[in-house]
Amino acid sequence: MRAVKDDSGLPISHDSSRDRVVPPTGFTAGLTTFTSAAMAFLVVFALSLALAADRLSDRWSAALAGGATLRIAAPVEQMDAQLAQAVKVLKTTPGISEARVIPIDEQQSLLEPWFGPDLPMDALALPRLIDIREDNIGYDAQGLRLRLAAEVPGAVLDDHSRWQRPLLKAAQRVWALGLFAIVLMAATSAAMIMLATRAAMAANAQVVAVLRLIGAQDSYIASAFVRRFTLRAFMGAGLGTAAGGLAVYLLPSKTDQAMILSGLSFQQLEWLWLLSLPPFIALVAFFATRQSTRRELRRLR
Amino acid sequence: MDCNAVDAGAQHRYGVPQLKELGLIDLENAAYTYSGGELLSEMTLSIASGAFYFLTGPSGSGKTTFLKMCYGALVPTAGSLTIFGQDLRLMSRDDIALARRRIGVVHQDCQFLDHLNVVDNIALPLAAAGQDSLAVGANLKELLAWVGLGHRADALPPELSGGERQRAALARAVIMSPDIILADEPTGNIDWEMSQRLLQLLVELNRMGKTVVIASHDLSLIRAAKTEVQARVLRIYNKRVQLAGANL
Repeated sequence: MRAVKDDSGLPISHDSSRDRVVPPTGFTAGLTTFTSAAMAFLVVFALSLALAADRLSDRWSAALAGGATLRIAAPVEQMDAQLAQAVKVLKTTPGISEARVIPIDEQQSLLEPWFGPDLPMDALALPRLIDIREDNIGYDAQGLRLRLAAEVPGAVLDDHSRWQRPLLKAAQRVWALGLFAIVLMAATSAAMIMLATRAAMAANAQVVAVLRLIGAQDSYIASAFVRRFTLRAFMGAGLGTAAGGLAVYLLPSKTDQAMILSGLSFQQLEWLWLLSLPPFIALVAFFATRQSTRRELRRLR
Repeated sequence: MDCNAVDAGAQHRYGVPQLKELGLIDLENAAYTYSGGELLSEMTLSIASGAFYFLTGPSGSGKTTFLKMCYGALVPTAGSLTIFGQDLRLMSRDDIALARRRIGVVHQDCQFLDHLNVVDNIALPLAAAGQDSLAVGANLKELLAWVGLGHRADALPPELSGGERQRAALARAVIMSPDIILADEPTGNIDWEMSQRLLQLLVELNRMGKTVVIASHDLSLIRAAKTEVQARVLRIYNKRVQLAGANL
């Protein structure tokens, strides 16, 4: 409500008087702003965690789906024969579109990160690997295992599901945990704002009494508090979101050799999610304050 | 009959015809019990439109409680009370708020919002009723001039003297053009001269057709008023509201 001089020369404030009937000072103002800012900051991280877990889950699913590895561990003199037999079995197995023997030098490059470039492959009895790609229909893993056991005794089929499933499950749990954390933070924000509203109403009991005395309905009184707290929550959430977004942006990049941390950063359009946080927290504040003020007002005559 | 504010006992004592005439506020065997003790009991009276009442009685006799019942802040614990024909017990919170727009209340302690200036405080009932205070700016100026506060429009309530506060409270009480004005010890904190000025304003309002009820233990004020207006004096005695005699 801004004070203006009307035609009569009176310093009458403009009609949005309900914005000013509650005094603008008090610790509840700071508490609401701080709570909203802190919660928004934490929600940014929970959101980034949930989105990162979701991305990881998708990536693993796409990369590992439809693939399997056949490992052949056999004495050196039998290795070539078993390798050839295994390829023959695989090529005649319905549902397998491709079976590629991984060359020695490619195997060496796979081991290089762990053992270095000078690994003497000839001196080690390393198993040979066959990369298997299945077609859209897929193959019968159990049937293939039985057949390989009979025809290629040194072969072990790894269809990735053994370690793919727990990883996917873990990623999905992290995603759900992130969402749960967001809900928890929203509920905590609501509880804090409700407490702040109750404290504000107690501190402004005189204001409420005057408004009741002059014939203000509950909706008018409630809206005076609701508007103020919603606005504070929105401002606080805006600050918290900006700070959280900046913190996520400043996480180490992929080139910094910190792959896990860099995965937490938002990707492209995901940054737009941040725009929804201040209105979301303001909405939480709106309903929390409305509920709280109405309950408090019902206690008064 | 423009005034039938009488209790049952007074009707009998003064021979007032026992006609049932609906007033602005009607009490029927109303009582109010507080913390187990009866503060007011067996009140049967009707506040008639256009009348001027004094409500007197010693401190603690229940004058403020009576006025609070009249504007719906307290509900009788027994009997019934109707405000503008509506039974208070059946009125919702919003009904009471709407009724209060037709009742101007002036408290001894005024009850202002100290962070708003005088004119905003006076215009507050308009804002609460959803009316644009700018649209009635000229009327507001006239109202401020009427209560002698034209030069204090921009002042904050704590900056006002006791008399100015009471006049501002009166201006706020009448800005919605209420049917009835309830004033609780309006001259309690101000000097005699200012009391007379405030009384004059209330008398003027009564002449405009407003019902005025003033709770006061100041008998000299009541005597002074009786020279200006045909006032009825109600007395709270022995927990009951009675029509007082002429020997005040």
